Amino acid sequence: MADYIAPVADIDFTLNQIVELDDVSKLDGFQHLDQDTIRGLISEAGRFYSEVIAPLNRVGDQQGSVLQPDGTVKTPDGFKEAYEKYVEAGWAAAHIPETYGGGGLPYTVGIVFQEMFKSANMAFSLCPLLTQAAIEALIAHGSDEQRDTYLGKLVTGEWTGTMCLTEPEAGSDVGALRTKAVRQPDGTYRLTGTKIFITWGEHDMAENIIHLVLARTPGSAPGTKGISMFIVPKYLLDDDGNPTIRNDVNVVSLEHKLGIHASPTCVLSFGDGGDGAVGYLIGEEQRGMRYMFTMMNTARLGVGIEGLAISEASFQKALAYAQERRQGRAIGAPVTETSPIVEHPDVRRMLLTMKAYIEAMRGLLYTTAKEVDLSRHADTEDERTRAGEIVALLTPVAKAWCTDRGVEMASLGIQIHGGMGYIEETGAPQHFRDSRIAPIYEGTNGIQAIDLVLRKLPMRDGEVVKELFAEIGRTAAELEAHDDFARFRTELSAGLQALAEASEWLGRRLEAGEYNEALAGATPYLEMFGTVTGGWIMAKSALAARQLLDAGGGDDAFLRAKLATARFYGEQLLPKATALLPAITAGTSTLYQADPAALGP
Amino acid sequence: MQVVVCAKQIPDPATPYELEPDTHLLVRPTEQILDDTDRYGVEMGLQLAQASEGTVTLVSMGPAGNMQGIRQALAMGADKAVIVDDPSLRGSDALTTARVLAEVIKREGFDLVIAGTESTDGYSGVVPQMVAELLGVPALTYATAVTAGDGSVTIHRQTAAGYDIVEADLPAVVSVTAGVVEPRYPTFKGIMEAKKKPVETLSVSDLGLEPDIRQKVVSVEPAPERQAGEIVEDDGEAYLRIVELLEKVKVI
Ligand SMILES: Cc1cc2nc3c(=O)[nH]c(=O)nc-3n(C[C@H](O)[C@H](O)[C@H](O)COP(=O)(O)OP(=O)(O)OC[C@H]3O[C@@H](n4cnc5c(N)ncnc54)[C@H](O)[C@@H]3O)c2cc1C
Repeated sequence: MADYIAPVADIDFTLNQIVELDDVSKLDGFQHLDQDTIRGLISEAGRFYSEVIAPLNRVGDQQGSVLQPDGTVKTPDGFKEAYEKYVEAGWAAAHIPETYGGGGLPYTVGIVFQEMFKSANMAFSLCPLLTQAAIEALIAHGSDEQRDTYLGKLVTGEWTGTMCLTEPEAGSDVGALRTKAVRQPDGTYRLTGTKIFITWGEHDMAENIIHLVLARTPGSAPGTKGISMFIVPKYLLDDDGNPTIRNDVNVVSLEHKLGIHASPTCVLSFGDGGDGAVGYLIGEEQRGMRYMFTMMNTARLGVGIEGLAISEASFQKALAYAQERRQGRAIGAPVTETSPIVEHPDVRRMLLTMKAYIEAMRGLLYTTAKEVDLSRHADTEDERTRAGEIVALLTPVAKAWCTDRGVEMASLGIQIHGGMGYIEETGAPQHFRDSRIAPIYEGTNGIQAIDLVLRKLPMRDGEVVKELFAEIGRTAAELEAHDDFARFRTELSAGLQALAEASEWLGRRLEAGEYNEALAGATPYLEMFGTVTGGWIMAKSALAARQLLDAGGGDDAFLRAKLATARFYGEQLLPKATALLPAITAGTSTLYQADPAALGP
Repeated sequence: MQVVVCAKQIPDPATPYELEPDTHLLVRPTEQILDDTDRYGVEMGLQLAQASEGTVTLVSMGPAGNMQGIRQALAMGADKAVIVDDPSLRGSDALTTARVLAEVIKREGFDLVIAGTESTDGYSGVVPQMVAELLGVPALTYATAVTAGDGSVTIHRQTAAGYDIVEADLPAVVSVTAGVVEPRYPTFKGIMEAKKKPVETLSVSDLGLEPDIRQKVVSVEPAPERQAGEIVEDDGEAYLRIVELLEKVKVI
């Protein structure tokens, strides 16, 4: 069996039936993109990812990227050649605006490519993901000259990018960073300091690496307010514009990690060899953190996609194994036969759980991506603002809820395999190990929950949240027309009510200034939020599948499967949401009752 | 060099298919893909045309559907396509197909025609030779390597033992095996440009032909179940039996 097959039918259904991509395709600038064109692009890209990128997943895990004695980093066998093909094929630039040499596709389609790349090979996909963040930063905040100099080759993928925030003392609290940047008479800066955990900070796949570095200028304000953003290329450009002058940025070491072995996670030292690495200021001094926020949403969605992508890859393996492996006899099967394990109810439950969460995640992520497109391209200012609010609200949910599910689903993928799931040969353990980073980087899921409660819940005095709830309520009401969705409807309404109640409770704590009481329930609140919005997505899926089935002429087996997974979600997974209410509204009561020292051995 | 590549759209082999109960003909979905074996022909054609600043024209017969398969070949870099889509060609036999293709190829003009050795859904394996005969040019078949230029074409013709080197003057027809060259992946730009490339759809009457389909599918039977293998117990002389078996299946 192939390592990964792009689930184009599911993707297509999500884009056209749940997310209604037409709302984006009809906007100015996207009108040349009919459904057939987008379908053609997705299936060709899918073929590329499954045939060229996925076969390198295993070797990437086994060999990993390795630091060489000369300070360079060697990527696993086949990566360099595959990356070259990726650049040649032009997938890297597909959703960058045409003005900058990109393909001009909507972000919503771009995120589909990200999903497929990540399912095929998550460690590999991080290189283009970070490059894309660098591109977005330059487009939004770079000077014309900086854009002319760096964008072209970043967009094609000939050069790659990194984001250098983290330092030993500055992780979740970026404001604590200490890397220093000193202005020179010629307007450039010299940077000194050490960054850790820098993804794809050094490698052999591209002729230059453009580091975007957060650093502090002398006399800057403390905390995040005083941070500035710099371009620090690995190679500086000579007078002919060629990257030939080695800058003083060096890898000190690579981390040994639980997963994503192919992705070099670097300790980078700046200016170790003398008076600093040459850097160029982006925008103005002390505005770096503000600039970070413009790409925060897409970067976080890019990581949220990893939860979906890993679940999909893991599911494909588990489903194939469950159909092949025979063990025991299912109730009712002929006495003379052992049954494929897929016939046992518990295995079915695990498979449906995976598939249902996958569909919910895909819908939630693509929905958020569509709002990103609308926030950039919708016709009126009002629509753009409204879309931007939904993006802001759903991003932390999409990031944290999907990456948490990713770990759980990869674990279920192992469980379905039984003992073989624990054996590396099946590939199931790699997905589990790879999945584990996604809840940590790009803002830990704990930080996402805080963002949801402190920043997003109070947006426009709580109206943004209420508007979304009203929308979910309308979808729930639509379920009413169908008898077989009665339970689903009841559960969605109950979930929604619990979510509204939780939101109100948290809102009151914030108003009273009892922040710690609110933060104590932030993570279960985010989980409830995700579970209920997932239910909303699956209700839309059920309604669309029902309508297409009634209309006839579609792929009935596919649509009936959609109904089954949607109902499974609505009737069996969604009910977990209400059970989270006590945890959300408990406040700090028991959390601080015990002295941590007393909890230890 | 003006290269014509014969390419076919087929239902995605990865999806379930259906046969019509009375005619036993394949039900063709609107969405069909480029036959995988044709990717080799297209790639070969592109390489030869690019080396000689020539053009590649695709010629196809069958229900056009949404043209996904044809677009895939155009996305690889072919310049244009002509597809003959006519209900009267349903269930066409190899000779009728060859007649239709040859007629289009004549109209388009050609130095070299490239086709796969056989299609993935039909497997008759005789169309390229028939096309050559109808065009009155040599057929060079089962090519595992192709070079062309200066008015001639040379191929490595795959044989049971190795390959023959076969040469002919152009114009000619060449059928290529899978693996003759590594097909490129369409680029993003290629896919977007493919939308704008000319695709001409013709009917049989446009070609002045009258189809005369002589073939009928009488019945369709499932392939026989695989028989249990033979277990050779080693009594010291088992190698003799093994050699005998290997000779029987002609691998030694
Ligand atoms: C493989 C890998 C790749 C990475 N790639 C990059 C990269 O390319 N660029 C880059 O800049 N960084 C990168 N990182 C760094 C990553 O973003 C940080 O590890 C992450 O932000 C967490 O910071 P920390 O490790 O310092 O953990 P800490 O901040 O020490 O967090 C420890 C725990 O405390 C919790 N916590 C911390 N503060 C709070 C708070 N205020 N309230 C509640 N809980 C809190 C956290 O949620 C977490 O559970 C990478 C990390 C890894 C492991």
